[in-house]
Amino acid sequence: MNISLRVNGRPVEAVVEPRLLLVHFLRERLRLTGTHIGCDTSQCGACTVHLDGRAVKSCTVLAVQADGCDITTIEGLAAEGELHPLQAAFQEQHALQCGFCTPGMIMASLELLGRAIVPDDREIRAALEGNRCRCTGYQNIVAAVRTACERS
Amino acid sequence: MRRDAPPDLIGARVPRVEDPRLLAGRGAYVDDLQLPGMLQLDILRSPHAHARICELDVSMARALPGVVAVYTGRDLAQFLKPVPSAGGMQGFNAPPHHVLAVDRVRFVGEGVAAVLAQDRYIARDARELINVTYDVLPAVTDPGVALTPQAPVLHDDIGSNRAFELRIGNDTQAALAASERIISGRFINQRVIPGPMETRGAVAHFEPWEGRLTVWLSTQAPHLMKREFARYLDFPEHRLRVVAPDVGGAFGAKNNPYAEELLAAALSLKHGVPLKWIEERSEHMLATSHARAQAVEVHAGVRADGTVQALHYRLTADMGAYYHAITHIGPMMTAALMTGAYRIAHAATDIISVFTNATPTDPYRGFGRAEATYFIERTMDLIARELGLDVLEVRRRNLIRPEEFPCTTPTGHVHESGNFQLCLDRALERFDYEGTRREQARLRAAGRYLGIGIATHAWRAGFPSVPGGKGYVTSGWEKSTVSIDAAGKIRVVIGTSPHGQGVVTTTAQIVAQQFGLLPQDVRVIHGDTDAVAQGNGTMGSRSLVVGGSATLLAAQQVRAKAIRLAAHLLQIDPRQVVLESACFRDAGNSQRGIALTEVAAHAFAGPRDLPDGMEPCLEAAVLFEPANFTTCFGTHVCAVEVDVQTGAAAIRRYIAIDDAGRAINPTLVEGQIHGGLAQGIGQALMEGASYDSAGQPLAASLLDYATPKASDLPHFEVELTETPSTVNPLGARGIGEAGAIGAPPAVVNAVLDALAPLGVRHLDMPLTPQRVWRAIQEARA
Ligand code: FES
Ligand code: FES
Repeated sequence: MNISLRVNGRPVEAVVEPRLLLVHFLRERLRLTGTHIGCDTSQCGACTVHLDGRAVKSCTVLAVQADGCDITTIEGLAAEGELHPLQAAFQEQHALQCGFCTPGMIMASLELLGRAIVPDDREIRAALEGNRCRCTGYQNIVAAVRTACERS
Repeated sequence: MRRDAPPDLIGARVPRVEDPRLLAGRGAYVDDLQLPGMLQLDILRSPHAHARICELDVSMARALPGVVAVYTGRDLAQFLKPVPSAGGMQGFNAPPHHVLAVDRVRFVGEGVAAVLAQDRYIARDARELINVTYDVLPAVTDPGVALTPQAPVLHDDIGSNRAFELRIGNDTQAALAASERIISGRFINQRVIPGPMETRGAVAHFEPWEGRLTVWLSTQAPHLMKREFARYLDFPEHRLRVVAPDVGGAFGAKNNPYAEELLAAALSLKHGVPLKWIEERSEHMLATSHARAQAVEVHAGVRADGTVQALHYRLTADMGAYYHAITHIGPMMTAALMTGAYRIAHAATDIISVFTNATPTDPYRGFGRAEATYFIERTMDLIARELGLDVLEVRRRNLIRPEEFPCTTPTGHVHESGNFQLCLDRALERFDYEGTRREQARLRAAGRYLGIGIATHAWRAGFPSVPGGKGYVTSGWEKSTVSIDAAGKIRVVIGTSPHGQGVVTTTAQIVAQQFGLLPQDVRVIHGDTDAVAQGNGTMGSRSLVVGGSATLLAAQQVRAKAIRLAAHLLQIDPRQVVLESACFRDAGNSQRGIALTEVAAHAFAGPRDLPDGMEPCLEAAVLFEPANFTTCFGTHVCAVEVDVQTGAAAIRRYIAIDDAGRAINPTLVEGQIHGGLAQGIGQALMEGASYDSAGQPLAASLLDYATPKASDLPHFEVELTETPSTVNPLGARGIGEAGAIGAPPAVVNAVLDALAPLGVRHLDMPLTPQRVWRAIQEARA
């Protein structure tokens, strides 16, 4: 099937098998390997990307479903070699260790930025319900998200 | 020429240099690698815990377009040996563990057939087309049952499910008989799954014209793998390259040379093409090592004042269906550290290790030591309760005192140094122990159940080489090479293989400090055996303790040489030279000096332009062997409230006071503790890899295996004490495992303290709401 979409602001046209997952399309066809695969049951959130501005798990979306959509992956976040403020907060707060969950964590928590009220820790923890990390114990991730929210 | 003096880097909270590329999505994990013409390897796994393979028909799979080859266990046994196990140790009855099962499967998830295809979708389709007929056999997953005469036997050649038996310790029989009182209990440290977020994976690439094999592997020990793969494949080691690219967590589960990984390498050799194998999460839950799975029967001989006179464990350790590389070490480590932070004159463990129809076990953060700490800390609470003493008093009475180091335990471990009281006192002060006990009493009067749990932990890290050991993970040394380029910047090549610990940053700190440089002036290279000549790997909290010490010593040697050269150029005595902020100055004349950049450039001159006998280049390589294990210790205290209506346990406060020895970067140390606490609390309250009576795993995906999410965990209060270790020049103790070791007993002790007024005396982990609620109902009945 033919699909045409925008990925990180750039138009993309491709012919794909109907069963191809969006995450495989991004990783293997477009070589955008910052989006990771941590599970096969939609439990980990490592594959989170933005589809038309909303966080989705790209392992549960078919590439054909993204036809006509606007996708942002972790690679699309840092403009001109500058880390996005949320990425910078992750470094500052030591919110990553192995870094495998990190792109998904960032894409999932991006939605919390720019709101009128800065979420408290409990709300941030609840918002990260769909994302798992096995390294950090989450405390510094929560701090990073809070810091970025305060600054946005 | 001079810039502002950089701050003291040892103990500085330097942001990680590893981060920017990982944050930008530019990390390179093994599945990110794509090579031209690369094939995909996929494994069909057994759905049965124990069965004979009657028929295995792969013809349909072979015929599928895009499939290159399909192999069965029998096919592979023609040209592949069984996989290495139990460290090749003498006296271990290691049953053959074939790459893929030959005629018989012994756990759910054991490989049965392998497919090589053009891409992962075709490989999966082919896997579905393989027909296997099984004759299902009775299975046993409970180690206690596995030892009974009626139990099905896994390995016919061994004749029973006993893997090995071993006694470690001194005489306890007489001491127990002479004790005032014997207190007995039984504790289980359940089977859990390490579960890094990145599953395992390998890319193997044999280049026939170069006679070179490269294996990119999600591993924590590329050098160990290189040696092991070379031996297994009978492939010349100097033509084998193993690369650990970015690794998405390991926690002990990625230092075993696994069947699928060896198979990927073997098939790349056979077919002469690159190929990739990536484990799916649901495979990972079955095929990557599980851990812990130990149970003890405890007999403690005590005096009425709580002094422990003798301690005996009968320890049953579940090996799973086969040995992995160091499966057998776990119970030995538990036995060696069974006395925890305490001075106990008589102690011994009788180990019985058992094969069961379950996934093989192997290291997980705190290997052997988390189990030992759990058992002794639960025992301390049991003793306090039986004697009607405060849990704190029993601990204080038995704790090894600072003046008693070095302290040899009856099980042969030498605690090099420590100050266990320091951590305990600080934890209690911060927690306000007395105040919280009063709060507990107040809440109880109001029908609320708050419990206080304490765990004082003492264990070991940074293992020295095993005398006479030629097996797997028996070399305790680590190597580091420091070299300065002509522009005065530094390259450090290290033999450990960090994958989240932040050792690139701490290494840069250690080296930059020696020269008054900034961390960004130092580049650290690791993980590629072509770039790093020798090394061992990252495990057992050794990276900083052993690897960091090698780095420090190498940097000091280079520094000394640079000072000699600077003195030569300044025509002064080397003792006159002061090195600060990358500049060598004459102590006698502050106007005279020479920059590191100049000295570094000069070091490339011919020997005639150098001091007598000095070789060109500012470079040194040091191989550091620790004199002994370090002693790692700390105290964890927590307050947990149990909702008696639902059985849910909520952690109200968690304080961890841990001693890392010299902390190079406290932020990273705290990060390590946080991560360990999450895993330890997960084990205490949520995680368990259990099986039903037919050997079917009840937790085979992240849906039913509960690794903690953000909302499951409290805010941790972490603090460090810094008592320098005496067995390495850095004074570091190793901190990677403290959280996972301290948390399970602290949390379980707290929950049982909360439930004490209801008459609940015992619970086994995980303390799920259902389990707690049931215990409350039973106690009430
Ligand atoms: S890969 Fe785990 S949720 Fe998508
Ligand atoms: S940083 Fe390793 S899984 Fe989150």
